Amino acid sequence: MTLREIIDILDATVITPLGDEDLNADIRSACSADLMSAVLYYHTPDSLLITGLTQAHVIRTAEIAGIKTIVFVLGKKPDIYSIELAEEKKISLLSTSLCMYTASGRLFRAGLPGCLYK
Amino acid sequence: MPINIDKEIEGSFQIIGGNFVNAGEASTQLKLLLTKLGVDEDIIRRTAIATFEAEMNVIIYAAAGRMHYHITPRGISIKVDDMGPGIEDIELAMQEGYSTAPDWVREMGWGAGMGLPNMKKNSDIFKIDSVVGEGTTIEMVINFPQQ
Repeated sequence: MTLREIIDILDATVITPLGDEDLNADIRSACSADLMSAVLYYHTPDSLLITGLTQAHVIRTAEIAGIKTIVFVLGKKPDIYSIELAEEKKISLLSTSLCMYTASGRLFRAGLPGCLYK
Repeated sequence: MPINIDKEIEGSFQIIGGNFVNAGEASTQLKLLLTKLGVDEDIIRRTAIATFEAEMNVIIYAAAGRMHYHITPRGISIKVDDMGPGIEDIELAMQEGYSTAPDWVREMGWGAGMGLPNMKKNSDIFKIDSVVGEGTTIEMVINFPQQ
């Protein structure tokens, strides 16, 4: 599923500037979590992170885990420091007004599976 | 890409307790170095996760700490020692889901009791030593694949 499709499915707003290459990026799985250790424990590289946390260490966690796109739920947006950090690390940030359950459900229904690293 | 390590590389990072803004910086720097050296992606991922968890533990629990790395053609050795409260029961702390983190740390997305198990999971060798009231030392080795 492309990032462009994900933005459409979640009615998401784009926080970091995205070019065509970013919008056409192929995302094959997603994980929904507010526990960063769970993200690090279970993630699959190149998956999408759906979270309600917006602090800078969420961006760092994504970078360490090899996650290139984060969706913030409930309309949350990170502060400018986190946005700049994400741009520096080439991590795309989106925000959706949906709750985590609905955002995850919409993407799952559209064919995006959950991630589970073994 | 072949691993480009013809000599041993050592270095260390200072970690300041409570500094959540820069949390992950040491692990990110090490990840960058390993990428430049052409280390296998899976090894980089495992190293980055293990060191990030160790770094977060210092930031959450300790006043300060240090992460030392030693890269050889055989693999990466990491030692993280801190001036923290120490761990009373290491066996209990190694159990998935066990955590002594306060609520404010959990609200930030940490303290799920996965840190130490995650370090062990991603290391080929994992050792932990702790003295209550003095601090904790973690040693991890991640081997490169045999050529």
